Amino acid sequence: MLEIKNLHATVDGKAILKGIDLSIQPGEVHAIMGPNGSGKSTLSYILTGREGYELTEGEILFRGKDLMEMEPEERAGEGLFLAFQYPVEIPGVPNTTFLKEALNALRRYRGEDELDAMQFVKMVREKTKLLGINDEMLKRAVNVGFSGGEKKRNEALQMAVLEPAMAILDETDSGLDIDALKTVANSVNLLRKPENAMLVITHYQRLLEYIVPDRVHVLADGRIKRSGGKELALELEEKGYAEFAGAA
Amino acid sequence: MTEAFTEHFGALRDHLPGQDLPWLADLRDRDLSQLGDLPAGAQLLPLSEQLAADPDWLQAHLDKLNDSQLSPMLALNTAMMMNGFVLHLTRGTVLPHPVEVIHLGGAGDAPLAYHPRNLVVLEDGSQATLIEHFSHMGQQAYLSNSMTEASVGNGAILRHYKLQADALNAFHLATVQAEIGRDATYDSFVMTTGARLSRNEVSVRLNGEGATCHLNGAYLVRGEQHCDNTTVVNHLVPNTTCREVFKGVIDDKARAVFQGKLKVHRDAQHTNGHQLSKVLLLSDRAEIDAKPELEIYADDVVCSHGATAGDLDHDALFYLRARGIPEVDARSMLIEAFLGESIDQIAAEGLCPALMTSIGHWLADSRREV
Repeated sequence: MLEIKNLHATVDGKAILKGIDLSIQPGEVHAIMGPNGSGKSTLSYILTGREGYELTEGEILFRGKDLMEMEPEERAGEGLFLAFQYPVEIPGVPNTTFLKEALNALRRYRGEDELDAMQFVKMVREKTKLLGINDEMLKRAVNVGFSGGEKKRNEALQMAVLEPAMAILDETDSGLDIDALKTVANSVNLLRKPENAMLVITHYQRLLEYIVPDRVHVLADGRIKRSGGKELALELEEKGYAEFAGAA
Repeated sequence: MTEAFTEHFGALRDHLPGQDLPWLADLRDRDLSQLGDLPAGAQLLPLSEQLAADPDWLQAHLDKLNDSQLSPMLALNTAMMMNGFVLHLTRGTVLPHPVEVIHLGGAGDAPLAYHPRNLVVLEDGSQATLIEHFSHMGQQAYLSNSMTEASVGNGAILRHYKLQADALNAFHLATVQAEIGRDATYDSFVMTTGARLSRNEVSVRLNGEGATCHLNGAYLVRGEQHCDNTTVVNHLVPNTTCREVFKGVIDDKARAVFQGKLKVHRDAQHTNGHQLSKVLLLSDRAEIDAKPELEIYADDVVCSHGATAGDLDHDALFYLRARGIPEVDARSMLIEAFLGESIDQIAAEGLCPALMTSIGHWLADSRREV
């Protein structure tokens, strides 16, 4: 589903990613772990096309297509989704308007009919029920005045409504207490399907207790230093990242 | 001409809230006016008819609010005083529906200047909503130099909303002078999308304790438009309130001016006055000149002022695009949200959707040009 080959990337001219190879198949959950400043978030922004993040070498294929040729909205149209580490507050835009615009934009991109207001409301109600989210959250402006936990649950709701082929979770655990972490992780697990893939970016192992990965990669100094099964996460929890940070 | 007028009118009509509203159309052609049944105690007449019917009353009320400072355009209006409208509500009269006045320029074979003089007198305890539309028919350039005097009696409420969508080759100069009595409210909103050059100057005197004014506005300008909102609010007695928020979207080489002055006179203790100018600059050559100003001679007041200018929030833009919303749509959403906050303040039900629709049209036109 996702093929990253020899990826080099810069942020504001500074080299951050220095040769990453990664291959993710449908149905797989991969975790990327690493110390602060290792390039984890840069990877998520390069994949989703944020301004200021530039690919200098290598290529990224998503479902066989060159991701770098696409605008952020086209990448979303192809089925890529980023759950933001810091979801953005958008005053004046009701959550439900935002979700409907986004869903219908994706449907237009795929040549499908747009949902009308009734169909949309019915569909969203099903999703909020599935995730145990209060419908009141739909009426509020996007993320405005939301607690840390609410923001992350809102990301999960967007994921449920937009049904991406591949989701990238960028430090979804940051700023959450253990209860909020569990609810968010449960929401994410409900959305796992054999045909979909997931890339979980995290600093700590604890999120991976709830979202169990198939593969774990250690990112340090812009390179993947080691890959392994889910037991690698436990090993990192015990030993820390010193071994990898020093190797730079 | 009548046919074109009716057609244009029909198009305007689609934007108007509700049905069966009293209209006062071209004042020289009363057949086009649909005044419906105004309640007893309410009168809406062309200035000329008011003059014919009751010159003494007119003399007693007209040109009373002109402050001593000489304003050349105002002097010109007074010198050239053409027809305008007179809205008069006797004590306690409440208008059940808004009154809408439609000003159309640009007709005929030659450029035209006109200087309408309007008078609004709300006696104690009366209430009215007045909506003024400025639009155009025909291609001629024109100058509209209007002056409206509004007197809001004790406990009265005047809601005064203006939608200025004049031709892009037109000049729109409008002066409003209002005096607000005890426990009375003047609620004003000005939406500007039209005119090559526009200036909307509002000067308010809060004359009675408990008087309140809201001076709000939104504008969207582009190309080489120039849009000026100038306000002066005089707090003359204790316990008066003013809220003022102007929000603008400026694109291309357009330029906007916001000058807001709150003057708190020596007796006006416990004044509550706030003013704010917020602007989105959509291009490198767009310009805002903001001059919020407080002049305070009392020592126990709560007053604030502020001005911001900036580009669209890049993080918000990326967030929307990352969810699949194309950039042009994402930009429109953020602009509508920005202006929507100020439009939601308008008390008149049904007007907010009409204003949001006109914002939508403006944004759609922008896209076509891209």
